[in-house]
Amino acid sequence: MSEPGIVIIGAGEAGARAALGLRMRQYRGPIALIGAEPGLPYERPPLSKAVMAAPTLAAPPVTLDEAAIARNEIDYRAGIQVAAIDRAGRVVVLADGQRLPYQRLLIAAGATPRRLAVPGAEAVSYLRSAEDARLLRARLQPGTRLAIIGGGLIGLEIAACAIGLGCQVTIIEQAAAILMRAVPPALAAMIEARHRAAGVQFRLGAAIARIEARGNGHAVILAAGEVLPCDVILAGIGVVPETNLAAAAGLALENGIRVDASLATGDPDIFAAGDCCSFPHPLYEGRRMRLESWRNAQDQGNQAAANLLGAAAPFAAVPWFWSDQYEFCLQIAGLPQFGAAIIAREIGPGAKFLFHLDADGRLVAASALGPLGAIARDIKIAELLIAQRAHPAPEILAAPDARLKSLLRQAAA
Amino acid sequence: MPNWIEACGADDIEPEDVRAFNHGHETYAIYRTEDGKFFATDGLCTHEQVDLADGLVMGTVIECPMHNGRFDFTTGKALSAPACVDLKTYPVKVENGRVFIGLG
Repeated sequence: MSEPGIVIIGAGEAGARAALGLRMRQYRGPIALIGAEPGLPYERPPLSKAVMAAPTLAAPPVTLDEAAIARNEIDYRAGIQVAAIDRAGRVVVLADGQRLPYQRLLIAAGATPRRLAVPGAEAVSYLRSAEDARLLRARLQPGTRLAIIGGGLIGLEIAACAIGLGCQVTIIEQAAAILMRAVPPALAAMIEARHRAAGVQFRLGAAIARIEARGNGHAVILAAGEVLPCDVILAGIGVVPETNLAAAAGLALENGIRVDASLATGDPDIFAAGDCCSFPHPLYEGRRMRLESWRNAQDQGNQAAANLLGAAAPFAAVPWFWSDQYEFCLQIAGLPQFGAAIIAREIGPGAKFLFHLDADGRLVAASALGPLGAIARDIKIAELLIAQRAHPAPEILAAPDARLKSLLRQAAA
Repeated sequence: MPNWIEACGADDIEPEDVRAFNHGHETYAIYRTEDGKFFATDGLCTHEQVDLADGLVMGTVIECPMHNGRFDFTTGKALSAPACVDLKTYPVKVENGRVFIGLG
């Protein structure tokens, strides 16, 4: 048995960043990084973007290559499941029976796609891993009829890629509009219009009754009776946090693994980060939330590294995510659902920029859609203002020629 | 001796800001600090080839507009994930209000 050190369950964005974050902070003890998937740790966001849009099969960029694993002395174990966490013995038990002792443990187990629960659903594909992406991409050929269940970001990104590959795409969404969970309606409407212009068909407010085999393909049968024949069915209807190990180890759950502001579970030697955990956010009235973005996984992985080493610092990063569809980039900083008023900033045709203020005039979010160059800087400034809990003057936010950067200095002063 | 290429006017870049300069098949980023010093680096982020000139300059740090990798543009050093490869830097001189970048 090796000397106990830090064990990280999950080699996704949060786990890989935590491993690097530990070395960056001069931690010299053993680090074991355990990934359920084979191969090197990689970036997930391109799976529904560049990897899916590529004319030939492409692999996503890796987050840790062999040189980085060796240089940082990370004991990386790929393609193996964790069977159990033995808290009393301070040991992580792997599926092959190996036992890894730990001083401190980080659970960064991620999430898995929510499964569609209708008759015939075994015909449905999901996208989470590089292997999922490889299989799906191989089936998307010119003329392929692709039915996408769920009008969320994953479904929409894949729709844009598939249209570019010459597929016929139909998006089926149970709600009355797409992107109702995290994107302001004005931006969602622009995104929907762009997809319609590209030839994507929508069935909104459409529940699915069942899925049937039809010839060499399938048919999605809607509750209203419509029959949608298709070759490939992909569902992007959300994810479920990976909590089985934590639950079996007796750790508290609450929409994921429950952690405190410093990302610690009820066991002071076990932390959690990324998609699998819920935490109280100090910028949003301490409201408990679980975030599923790449940036959050990165930021929490990094913060967990500091806290595994005893920093006990609260996690307070401004939530941020992006999406790429066609020529559009969507970026959202903060949480628009905490806003009471929206201030629009005119940034030219084909783009939209919104600031979200709460009832006291505090900036709680900014959301924008357009070419990257038209939105990214101002979103970044908004992110800094949100972190400063700034109350920027609405007339400056709305004025297209007012330099937002001047607000940063005012807020910092 | 670098090959000095005229890139833009000094006043074309606001203090604490950046602009892109295309030359040949390459893109460069030219920076002006708050106190009027000029610097130049490769124009594309070393992570996923995004135009850095669309990013925000704070002090002597440029942040990639896409995935938030940060670089010190005075040295090219990558400061935070996902950027881990440094940016190449180039000498810059200002003559008669024009900014020149030293290539080759």
